[in-house]
Amino acid sequence: MNAAAAAASPTREFAAGFARDRVAVAALALLGLLLAAALGASWISPQDPYDLAQLDILDARLAPGSASSAGGIYWLGSDGQGRDLLSAILHGLRISLGVGILSTVAALAIGLVIGLVSARAGGWIDALLMRVVDLQLSFPSILVALILLAVTGQGVDRIIVALVVVQWAYYARTVRGAALVELKREYVDAAVCAGYGEARILFRHVLPNVLPPLIVVATVQVAHAIALEATLSFLGLGLPITEPSLGLLIANGYTYLLSGQYWISVFPGLALLLAIVSINLVGDRLRDMLNPRLH
Amino acid sequence: MLNHILRRLCWSLLALLVMSLLVFAGVYAIGNPVDILVNPQADQAEIARSIAQLGLDRPLWQQYGLFLRGALGGDLGNSFVAGVPAITLILERLPATLELALLAMLIAIVLGVPLGLLAGLKPESWLGRAIMAGSILGFSLPTFWVGLMLILLFSVQLGWLPTTGRGPTVELLGIPVSFLSWEGLRHLILPAANLALFKLALLIRLVRAGTREAMLQDYVRHARAKGVAEHAILRVHVLPNILIPVVTVAGLEFGSLVAFAVVTETVFAWPGMGKLLIDSIGLLDRPVIVAYLLVTVCLFILINLAVDLLYAALDPRVRAR
Repeated sequence: MNAAAAAASPTREFAAGFARDRVAVAALALLGLLLAAALGASWISPQDPYDLAQLDILDARLAPGSASSAGGIYWLGSDGQGRDLLSAILHGLRISLGVGILSTVAALAIGLVIGLVSARAGGWIDALLMRVVDLQLSFPSILVALILLAVTGQGVDRIIVALVVVQWAYYARTVRGAALVELKREYVDAAVCAGYGEARILFRHVLPNVLPPLIVVATVQVAHAIALEATLSFLGLGLPITEPSLGLLIANGYTYLLSGQYWISVFPGLALLLAIVSINLVGDRLRDMLNPRLH
Repeated sequence: MLNHILRRLCWSLLALLVMSLLVFAGVYAIGNPVDILVNPQADQAEIARSIAQLGLDRPLWQQYGLFLRGALGGDLGNSFVAGVPAITLILERLPATLELALLAMLIAIVLGVPLGLLAGLKPESWLGRAIMAGSILGFSLPTFWVGLMLILLFSVQLGWLPTTGRGPTVELLGIPVSFLSWEGLRHLILPAANLALFKLALLIRLVRAGTREAMLQDYVRHARAKGVAEHAILRVHVLPNILIPVVTVAGLEFGSLVAFAVVTETVFAWPGMGKLLIDSIGLLDRPVIVAYLLVTVCLFILINLAVDLLYAALDPRVRAR
């Protein structure tokens, strides 16, 4: 009895449904691996790319597989400053994933609160908030982020702020739409009759019902945020040179690309690609499973 | 309908005003342009004269007022660096960006609609899966990195196409264009393909989803029951229904294509207004940054209007309203 109930639990069923797509499972495994590599970058990378004492300028731009002057091997080659590319990629991956996840979570939280308040308040507050959202969404994210960074300058905090600014409106609108539907349901009436406060109804009762589809959207948005951060860093507007994300590593390699030293741009790009593709594949599978029109 | 358009226009003008205010205030906060623009060896009197000449000694709101008055007359101030009107600099670069964006959109539509249809009709076939895998890849690959890889493959390794730049242009009705000469086309093809990739992936998904949904509708089943041939069902019933969102998205995405051209132009050193923007941000050339944004916002307004009109032309339900 107990086992049967466990097997039929929604979580189990969801996991089994997810596992039916082998590509998505492989993507999830890859994503886990990348996350582990990013988290453990300080321990598993052969060199500390931030420690200038460990860099040797004579080792600059060595091809993949070359021996380093310190006795190790540059498996993915070295960059213009003689930095081991594998170590730089692992550390860059940590920054890219960190910035992407952090900014998406922050944007999601802000969008949730604004969307819920907007849906519940109605009237001029709703109208005003949604006009702001309209205004924000009528401009492409890259343009808004570009201008913000041009104004505020570089830095991890600045780029996270810029990524939050370009993402929050999207969530606010989605949450408002979902919340408007939920607010008409009977359980909300019941909660009102029970005398619960506004905040409790919104955050304890409505929030859990609008959250699941939103998390799926957020998964895919993390990939967008990572790509956007890389693009901005490539343009020289994102992260400072002291905290090289994958985008900046690629930008550094651009100079050497034309002379055939491909690895400085190609390998960080491949790492970026793997991260984004795996996130998108997992997100796509989740979205397909939640789309009632396809069942 | 007219009412609708007028309301949209008012809304867009308000957006333009708000954006100009935000941008002007923001750009003012970046730093002191005097440090960059005036010769460091200049004495105090010279510096003061330059500041007065550039209008930098007045209060911010006065500077904005001056700027706004100028903007209404088409004068957005002179570039601090080049010394010529900022709007002239932008408009000189506009054709290069528009040519790039238009060709990219053309590539995306010409390839995206048929590929999306194929994938939507047979979602489980290997072809449908391959198209979708390609679309996910196109969606995932960051534009700038694809640009670098295109250069690496076609220019550095194979040597077929030039690496960067625009090459020679031909005058068409007084506007310099690249696509009329072979050499110009060779310079154009890589950046355009690069810029098209993301929109191509988007259109494939859109058309595929639209096709899948349309094929399940009653009108398709009814047409089949009547014995209408498959290709006729596609042409008469499915395609018009898919094209409505395609037109909307293609139209709306054109604006973002112009914005994303910033990235492609930087990678390929394409002399459009996006590259000018990046250069100007580096030099803190305020008037050019502001002029770029205002020109882009105006472009957005025009695009939105055009999409509204096209929408009405395609969808009888909107016309009747």
